[in-house]
Order: sequence, then C-alpha cells, then structure tokens
Amino acid sequence: MNPVADTPGAGGREVLLRASGIEKRFGAVVAASGLDVAVAAGERVSLIGSNGAGKTTFVNMITGYLKPDTGSIVLGGRDITRLDPRAITRLGVARSFQIPQLFPAMSVLENMLVALACHGQRLSFWRTARRADAVARADALLERFNLAEHRERRVAELPGGVRKLLDIAMALTAEPRLLLLDEPTSGVSAEEKFPMMEIVMRALGEERMTVLFVEHDMDIVARYADRVIAFYAGRIIADDAPAVALATDDVRRYVTGTLRPDAAPSQE
Amino acid sequence: MTPSSPPHAPRVASPTRGGLVSLAGVLLIVALVVAGAFMPKWLTFLLTMAASHGLVSLGIVLLMRGGVVSFGQGLVFAVGGYAAALAFNRLGFTDALGLAVAGGVAATVVAAPFAPLLSRYRGIFFAMLTLAMSMVAYGVLVKTSALGGSDGFNMGRPTLFGQALPDARAGHVLYGVTIAFAGVLALLARTYFDSTRGLVTQAVRENELRVEYLGGSVREAMSINFLLAAFAGGSGGALTVMSLGHIDPNFSYWTTSGEFVFVAILAGWQSVLAVFVASTLLEVVRSFSSLYFPNTWQLSLGVFLLLMIRFLPRGIGSLWVDRGAKGDRA
Amino acid sequence: MATALTILIDGLSYASWLFIVALGLTLVFGVLKILNIAHGSFYALGAYAAATFVGWFASMKFAPEWSLVAMLLAAVAVAVLVAPLTERGLMRFFYGRDEVLLVLVTYALFLVLEDVTKLLWGANPYYVSEPYAMFGNVEIGEQVYVGYDFMLMGLAVAVGLAVWWGLNRTRQGKIVLAVIHSEEVAASMGVNVSRVYMLAFGVGVFLAALGGAFTAPLISVQPGVSVGVIIVSFAVVIIGGLGSIEGAAIGALIVGLARSFAVHVMPQAELFSIYIVMALVLMVRPEGLFQRIQARKI
Repeated sequence: MNPVADTPGAGGREVLLRASGIEKRFGAVVAASGLDVAVAAGERVSLIGSNGAGKTTFVNMITGYLKPDTGSIVLGGRDITRLDPRAITRLGVARSFQIPQLFPAMSVLENMLVALACHGQRLSFWRTARRADAVARADALLERFNLAEHRERRVAELPGGVRKLLDIAMALTAEPRLLLLDEPTSGVSAEEKFPMMEIVMRALGEERMTVLFVEHDMDIVARYADRVIAFYAGRIIADDAPAVALATDDVRRYVTGTLRPDAAPSQE
Repeated sequence: MTPSSPPHAPRVASPTRGGLVSLAGVLLIVALVVAGAFMPKWLTFLLTMAASHGLVSLGIVLLMRGGVVSFGQGLVFAVGGYAAALAFNRLGFTDALGLAVAGGVAATVVAAPFAPLLSRYRGIFFAMLTLAMSMVAYGVLVKTSALGGSDGFNMGRPTLFGQALPDARAGHVLYGVTIAFAGVLALLARTYFDSTRGLVTQAVRENELRVEYLGGSVREAMSINFLLAAFAGGSGGALTVMSLGHIDPNFSYWTTSGEFVFVAILAGWQSVLAVFVASTLLEVVRSFSSLYFPNTWQLSLGVFLLLMIRFLPRGIGSLWVDRGAKGDRA
Repeated sequence: MATALTILIDGLSYASWLFIVALGLTLVFGVLKILNIAHGSFYALGAYAAATFVGWFASMKFAPEWSLVAMLLAAVAVAVLVAPLTERGLMRFFYGRDEVLLVLVTYALFLVLEDVTKLLWGANPYYVSEPYAMFGNVEIGEQVYVGYDFMLMGLAVAVGLAVWWGLNRTRQGKIVLAVIHSEEVAASMGVNVSRVYMLAFGVGVFLAALGGAFTAPLISVQPGVSVGVIIVSFAVVIIGGLGSIEGAAIGALIVGLARSFAVHVMPQAELFSIYIVMALVLMVRPEGLFQRIQARKI
C-alpha cells in the first residue's frame, strides 16, 4: 500500500499538504522516521497512536513549532519546512491545542476579537476593538459554536468543554485552508464528546475544510474521519480508511490495545 | 452541552461609551487648567510635577499592559529632559509646547534602535536590561562635563506661542501647558488602550504563544509599546525640566526609575486616570514628608507598596474599572 | 601613575567584597527565585552594625585585633535578627508569585530599610578606622599597597571555599543544591523546602552583612550606601549567571577589574563600564556566563 499515491478519499483532488521523508530525533528518541504523508484538500484525517508515538511531533512540525531534521513539508506548493509558526499561520494553517491556549482574564468575546484582529491584520492605533462590525463577526462565530451565551464571561471561569470549543473557534477565525485539532475531545466528559464534535464539524461548514485531528477516542475517529493515519515509535504503521486501518494487526496491537503485543501475527 | 440560547442584549456600543469618556476627559482637563488660575503657587507646581511625572509612569503602564515592567524608564525621562534643556540653551528653541514634543521625539529616537532587541525579552531580564541601559546613560551623563557632569545644568524660562512669560504668571502658564499636554496624551493613551492594537497588547500579556499562533506579531506589539512609552517618558522629562529649571543625571538613576514604577504599580494598568491620581499622591507625600517626616517617608512608601501588592494587586484603578479581578494573578 | 599591578590589586580588592555580597544575592535567587533589591540594605545594616560593634569593643578597651571579631559578630547579629524576620514575616506571603512582582516586594523592603537604618543610626556618617590601620602597608616594588585590601582578598577566598564546601560536601548543602536545581523534585522527595528557604535566605543576609561589615573601614557609612551596592551586585550576578556560585566569582572579577581599569586608565568610563558589560551580557548571552536558568526570551 503506497500512502502517497493511494490516498483514500482523495478522489483525484489536489494535494494540499505533502510531507516527505520527515526525520526527527531528540537525542536517542526517534520522534519521526520516514514519514511520507499527502493530504488532499477537503480530507478529514485522524492521527492516532499512543502517547509518544509521534503524532503531536508531526503536528508541531507542520505548524512550525519544531523543524524536522531532514525532509520537507509543502503546503499547496509552498515549502513551509523552515518557516516560523506565525508565517505558517499566515499561509492558512490554524491549530487548536490539547490544553486550550486562551486569554484567561479576558472575556470570550474579547478572545474572539483578538483572534479576528490578529488574523485580519485589522490592527489600528485608534479604532476601538469593540467596533460594531468586529463585534458582529465575533458574535457570528460564537453563534456557530454555541458559545454566544458565554459571551461576556471571563475565560478563566469557564468549564473545560467550553474552553476547548473556544480554542477551536479562535483557530477558525483565520479561515484556514488546513485546520489541525490537537485532541479536541480530551478532557471532555464522555457524554459531551459527540455533541461537541457535532458542533465543531457543523461549524466547519460546507466548505469541506481540510482537517487533521489527533484523537484517542476510536468512536470519534470512526465517526468523523475519512482517513486514519496511525503512528507508532515515530513511524506510520497504517494509513487507510478508518474501517480498514483500525482493523489492522499493528494498529490493534500498538494503538487500540485490542490485540495483545505478544499474540501471534495473523496472516497478512 | 446546553442548546443554543439567544445572545445577550449587546452592551452599550463602545464607540459611544468611548466618546463619553473622551468628553469627560476633555472637560476635566479644561477645568483643571482654569482652576489653576485660582490655586496657590505651591499647588500648581505640585500638580505640574504630578502630571509630568505621571506621563513617565504612563509609559511604564503601557509596557505593563504587555506583561513587562521597565526598571529603566529614567533613561527616556533623562533624554527628554536633556534634549529640551539643550534645545533651549544651545538652539534657542524656547516654545514650551515645542520643547515638550522635542523631548518626546528625542527619547523615541534614542529608544528606537533598542526596541527590536527589547521586544524579545520578558520578566527579570527585561527589567534588568532596561535598568542597565538607564545606568549606562547615568554613567555617561555624570562623566560628560559638556553637560555639566553630575551637577547638570540650568534651563531658562520657556516661551509660549512667541510670548515671554512674566514672573507672576510663568508658573501658572507652565502648569496649564503641562496639564493640557499630559491630558491630551492621556486621552490618546485611553484610545490606544481600547483599540485593536491595545487589545492585542493585553492578549500578549495573557498568552503570547497564542497570539503568534493566531498570526499576530508579539515583537511588533512590544516594540511599538516601547516606542510609545519612550515618547511619553521623554515629553514628561521635558515638561519636568521646564518647570524645574534644572536637569541632572539623577533623572536616569535607578531610584528615579523606581519611583515611576511605584506609581505605575499603585495605579494599575487599567485606568489612565489612576496613573495621574497615583502620581499626585506620590507628589503630595513627597512634599509633605520633607517638611514633616523626612526620616520616615520612604518607610511609608515601602509599607504602602507592600499593602498595595498584597491587597490591591491591580492597583487603585481597579477600584473603579469594572473588570472582575477575583483569583486572577497580579 | 597606574601600573598594571596597581590596577590588578585594586580590581581584586574591589572584587573581593563584591564577590561576598554577590554570592549572597545569587544564592538567594538560586534557591528562592527572588532577585532581592533589599540585599544592598542588608549590606548597609552590616556596615552600620560593624561600626557599632567596633565602637563597643573599642570602648571596652579590647585590643585592636578584636575589631575583626567585632565585624564578624556584627554580620552574624544582622543575619540572626533580620533574616528570620524578613523571610518569615514578609517574603513568604509572596512565594510563588511572578518573579518581577517579588522584585517589587524587595524594592518596598529596600525603601523601608533605608529609613529604618536612618532611624536607628541617624543620618550622619560613621567611620570605622581601627581595623583599617591594623594591617599596615605592603610594599611591592616601588608601590605601596594597603594591607587591608589583601586581607579582604583572603576573606573572599575563604568565604568562597567555605560556601563551596558547604554546598558540595555537606548533606545539608547537597539538599540546597537539589532545591536550586529543581524545587519540585526535591519537595517530592521529602525535602523540607521551607527550611531550605530559611537557611538560604539566612546565609544570603549573612554574606551581604559580612560584605558590608568588612567594607565599613573603607567607606563612610552613611544613608545611601545600599543604593550603589545593589546595582553593582545586580551587574555581577547577571554577568555571572543568576544562581551560579562560580558565576558570582567570575562576575565579581570582571566587574572589579573593569572598574579598576576604568578608574585608572579611562576615568570617563568608570561609571558606565560596569553597566555596559551588564547590558552586553544581557543582549548576547542573557543566562550569564554560567548558565543556570534560561532567559525568558521570544
């Protein structure tokens, strides 16, 4: 199976993100080795793997927080391997964080206003941040994420699930080509996970935005991903549609834990 | 996850509220200037110093909103003061308003090469670097005999719009100029605080990583704040020198910077008015202490500062600004 | 006419008391993460206390050699009286807060102590002359040097060795090193961090007071001495690296020699030479020469 050429679900769409030959080591620890991934525009890809398998490292390299030792990352034809996070953001990549990165002393509305201001570069020395049009756009976004009722509340006082939603909503203000969600449902209670993902996926709208999301919950993965890439010890051990990938021995052995590591391998 | 509920009724649209604040500010400035004609000389001098020093502390507050504390604002205070005094003595430029602007511009020009560098530092290192820079300036000024060395030098009386200022009225006119100039800068500062750039500055203080990931430039924001703080400090220095009639290297000494920081902490970083109130408080304490309790006024300041930090960490401005402060970090 | 030897000895002498003081400052930062502006005030207290103790010993007709004991006792007295009061009575209410906030707390303490010393000792200068004369003069070649300066150098070396030995060779010292390295890990291994704080702060105050006490004979002890001392001490610990013992030594040497060079060769640079070095270090290698903590930089 050739992950690059046989990208499931792509259906002939253009490749938006191409990572080739990615290698990354931290001393003796192999965080990434021989990663070759091509993501087509509009795909919903889930990155799975146990902790330390290399999924977050991969995401961090895409967003520019880390630089690969060798290899290249190309976004829509533009080499972004060595760019810093801000430059990459401005090229249309946005991410949310496992632990929500918000502005705690400011209100939900103000958090959105900051996000809008930073993205649109509508930075002014005198025009008030709470201009009617800016507030309207912020409110519209909050509405899409069911956050309107929390509009004036300080972020520090919000419950975890709401903070995660706000974190994602802020990433979306950039109207990105590529959205990276880092464990969007982690820390969210079991009964809230699906409603939350529903809100997120619905808010992503009809544009079929390209989304990579790191997830541990396989039910979420099965429901929302077109494609699953599984990591183990810095390598990709599966890259396929969810039903196929989740059933492979390696994934069962090293990710979902439904096959004991010492069990005999079944016929390939 | 609760179902979507109708949005809250919007607060009073902020541009109108901002307009009201500006109007109130203008009225206050006019009232103060007019009242100056009826004040005794010692009071107008005290308020002049409070306003000109308040500008320097306003610069520190500008930076504090971005999350850093400058321990070297004395540098721009001194540069502005020396620039004004030199322009007066050597260039024959005597207009009070012009000198105030000249002081601000000079300080901004001196600060400009350092802004990109300083915008990369935080915490203790920012504090120490600004401190070191102001002490370098102090050292240079003390040893520069052309500038009067450690004694400094005197400056004559400025003019205003071409008119010389008669003895009896000079103090009041300079008071008016200082209040008006400081007032205008205060209003501009308020506008800046409420602007999109001002909001992003606050965001930098809260979580600069996220600002970068949203596409904002932390370094640009901090550099701009540093330059604006320099202008405020420099014009404050010029206004101080004009009323004092004298300048010396102590303007750049670290204890001078410390007093400006004291006022900034006392005021908090939410209200511009609080900065000038705090500055006035300090001037009052300073004036009366030298008369009545010269050996314990620093003690009182110190105790007061400790109580402020412990119990009112967001400064006296938090007493009237409507931001919830429970459980937040100072 | 300044020879290289004069510059060297002058620099080393200055570096000696500066090292003792800076050592205390860097130790307090290393353990408590507090950059203590009031450290200069403890220096001043040591100097004033030395003046008082030396005066007592003299009035009790002790031999001049005892003035050294008097100075040592002065430093001990300051540490014993002031350190617990300050650490338990003030600093501990602000532990865990922002590091710059803690600097402001120590600034407030500095303001308080400035007036406290004025209230206790008055505003007039004190001169502590007996110990200075004790060591006479030393002739090297054609130049005459003050013996006291060499005693200071010896004291600095002794203090440095004592602290090094105390930290690296005693059990308590290793615990202190552990807390400097990682307080969280040390606490989770059962270390009573609170006691380590008290110990470190006490030693820090003692070193500041010791520096003050033994410098008293060289200066006029008057209000304001703390102001100049703290700023130079900051320069030393920034150059050497916050929290680093070796850094305090190297930093003191650099500052002492730079100042001495400036004073003798380029007087215009005397004052700012130290701060130029400090600023350059901050710009180029903010962690200082001996990396202990990472500079907060973007």
